Amino acid sequence: MPTVHAAPSPQPVYPAASSRPTAADSVAPSGPRRAGRSGAWWVERGLAAWTAGVLAFLYLPILVLIAYSFNSSRLNVVWEGFTLRWYGELFSHAPLIRAFKNSLIVAGASTVLAVLLGTIGAWLLHRNRYRFARAIQTLICVPMVMPEIVIGISLLVLFTLVHLELGHLTMILAHTTFCFPFVLVAVQARLQGLDPALEEAALDLGATPARAFWLVILPCLRPAVVAGGLMAFTLSMDELIISIFTAGPDSRTLPMQVFGMARVGLNPMLNALSAIFVVTTIAFVLFTEHLRRLATRAA
Amino acid sequence: MQGLPGTLPPNPHARPAGAWGWWLLAPMLAWLALFVVAPMAILLVYSFGSRGALGVVELGFSLENYERIADPIYLRIFGRSIGYAALTTLLCVVIGFPAAWFIARRSPEWRGRLLLLVMVPFWTSFLIRTYAWIAILRSEGLLNAVLKSSGVVPHVLPAPLDLLYTPTAVVIGLVYVYLPFVILPVYASAEKLDGTLLEAAQDLGAGPLRVFREVIVPLTWPGIAAGMMLVFVPAIGMFAVTDLMGGARVSMIGNVIHNQFTRALNFPFGAALGVVFTLLFVLSYALLLWLGRRRDETAKAR
Repeated sequence: MPTVHAAPSPQPVYPAASSRPTAADSVAPSGPRRAGRSGAWWVERGLAAWTAGVLAFLYLPILVLIAYSFNSSRLNVVWEGFTLRWYGELFSHAPLIRAFKNSLIVAGASTVLAVLLGTIGAWLLHRNRYRFARAIQTLICVPMVMPEIVIGISLLVLFTLVHLELGHLTMILAHTTFCFPFVLVAVQARLQGLDPALEEAALDLGATPARAFWLVILPCLRPAVVAGGLMAFTLSMDELIISIFTAGPDSRTLPMQVFGMARVGLNPMLNALSAIFVVTTIAFVLFTEHLRRLATRAA
Repeated sequence: MQGLPGTLPPNPHARPAGAWGWWLLAPMLAWLALFVVAPMAILLVYSFGSRGALGVVELGFSLENYERIADPIYLRIFGRSIGYAALTTLLCVVIGFPAAWFIARRSPEWRGRLLLLVMVPFWTSFLIRTYAWIAILRSEGLLNAVLKSSGVVPHVLPAPLDLLYTPTAVVIGLVYVYLPFVILPVYASAEKLDGTLLEAAQDLGAGPLRVFREVIVPLTWPGIAAGMMLVFVPAIGMFAVTDLMGGARVSMIGNVIHNQFTRALNFPFGAALGVVFTLLFVLSYALLLWLGRRRDETAKAR
C-alpha cells in the first residue's frame, strides 16, 4: 500500500498555512533571541538567505522568459524593444491553435468523466463497507504513483491490441484513467469531516439514497469536487508523456506541439505562450487557495 | 503525510455494501480493470513475446527481451538513468529541505504566502519550465551574455560555457522541474512537527547537529521519503527533459522505451523495458518503506 501520495494537490494534501499554532516560532524566532548574535541567529539568517536563493532559482528563468516574450529581438539575448508581435503570431499559428483546441476537448471530457467516477466512487467507498476495500483503494492509487511512461505504453499496447484507433477517444480514456484518482482522493479527504447524521436525517425524512446524495451530500462536497475537477483539468492540460503514446496524428495536444517546437530550439512564440501559461497558473493557484479557504471556513 | 489514500481511517458509520452498492461501484471497478489491470497484464505477456515481421507481436515464452536488457549497452543506459535520477533526487533534497524547513517555521501568514510562491512553479507546465533553461544555457544565451558583460569569461573562464545539450544541463533541468515536488511534502511534515520537541532536545543538551540528526530528520522522514519517491521514479523515465536539455547526446531509459514504441516498433522489447522499469519503481518504493521502518525501530530501541 503506497504511503507516498503523488497527488500534487494543493487542497487536501498540503494544507497551506494551517492556523494551528505551533511552538516552533518560539524555538526559531526570526529575530535574535538573546542579545548578541548566537548560533541560532546565524542559522536562521542562513536559512532565510537559502530560501530566498531557492525562490530566485525557481522564478528567475520563468521571469526571464516572460520578459523575452515582449522583446522584439528574435534571438533573445539583447533587449531591442517592446513588441506584442509574438503574441500576434502565436494566435495566428494554426498548428498551435489546433493543438490547443484538442487539449481543451481532451481535458474537458476527461475532467467530466474523472469528476463522475471520482466523486461517486469516493462516496460509495465512504458510505459502504466493501469486501476487498483496501485492495480497491490500492488499485485506485496505482495510476497516481505509477511512472507516466509505464501508463502510456501499457495503454498503447491495450489500444493496439483491441484495434482502437488512436485519437481523441483513446486520449480521453487515458487521461481519465490517471485523473480520476486525484478527484477521488480530494473528495475522500472532504468526506472525512462530513457529519454522518446528515445522510441519516435525509433518509429519515423520506429521501431515497440517491436523492439524499444529490440534495444533501453533494452540496457539502462541492469545494472538494471543484478542486478535484480543477486539478484533473490542469493535470490533463499539462500531460505530455501519456499523450505521446496515446495520441493519433489528428489529436496532438498543446504540450505535444510545444515539445515538438522546443526540441528544435528557441522560438519567440513559445516565450509568449509560456508567459500566458504562467499567468494562467498563477490565477489557478490563487483560485484553488481561495477555494481551500472557503472549505476550511465551512468545515 | 496527511490524507494518505490508503491510510484514511475507515468510516465507522459505513454499512455493509449490498447488491446495489456493488452495482453502483461497478463502473469504476470496470474502469480500473480495463485501463489499469488489463494493460499491465498485456505488457507483461508481451514482454515474453518477440517481434515478428512488420512489427507484429508474436506471443510466446522467451526471455530473449530480458536477456537483451542485460546487454552492457542497455545496462549502461539503465545505470546512467538511475544515476542521474539519484543525483537529481539528492540535489533536490539538499536544496529543498532547508527551504521547506524555513517556510514551515514561519508565522501562519508568512507560511501561506511563501507556500503560494512554491505552488506556482509546482503547477506551471514542466515543459515551459524546461524550455526556459534553453534560453539561459545555450551558447549565445543569457548565462554567457552575463558572464561576458561581467568580464568573467575572458578573465576567469577562457571560453563561453557550452552547457546546453550536456549532462550538466540535463541535471539542471531535472532539478529545476522536480524541486517543488520535494519542498511541498517536506514542508507538510515539517509544519506538523511539534516545536517543543526541539526545545526539549536542546534543553537536554543536544547540540544543533544532534537535534537535526535525531529529532528533525526522523520526524520529517515521511515528507523526505515522499519527496524522494516523487522525484526519483519520474526522473528515471522523464525523457522529455532529457530530450530538451540533453539533445540526442544523452540517452536515458525513457528515450529507449519511447523509441521502441514510436520508431523501432519493437513492442515486446519495449514492454520488457517497461516491466523492468516497473520493478525498479516497486523496489525503490520498498527500499524507502524499509528505510523508514528501520529508522522507527532504531528510534524505539533507544
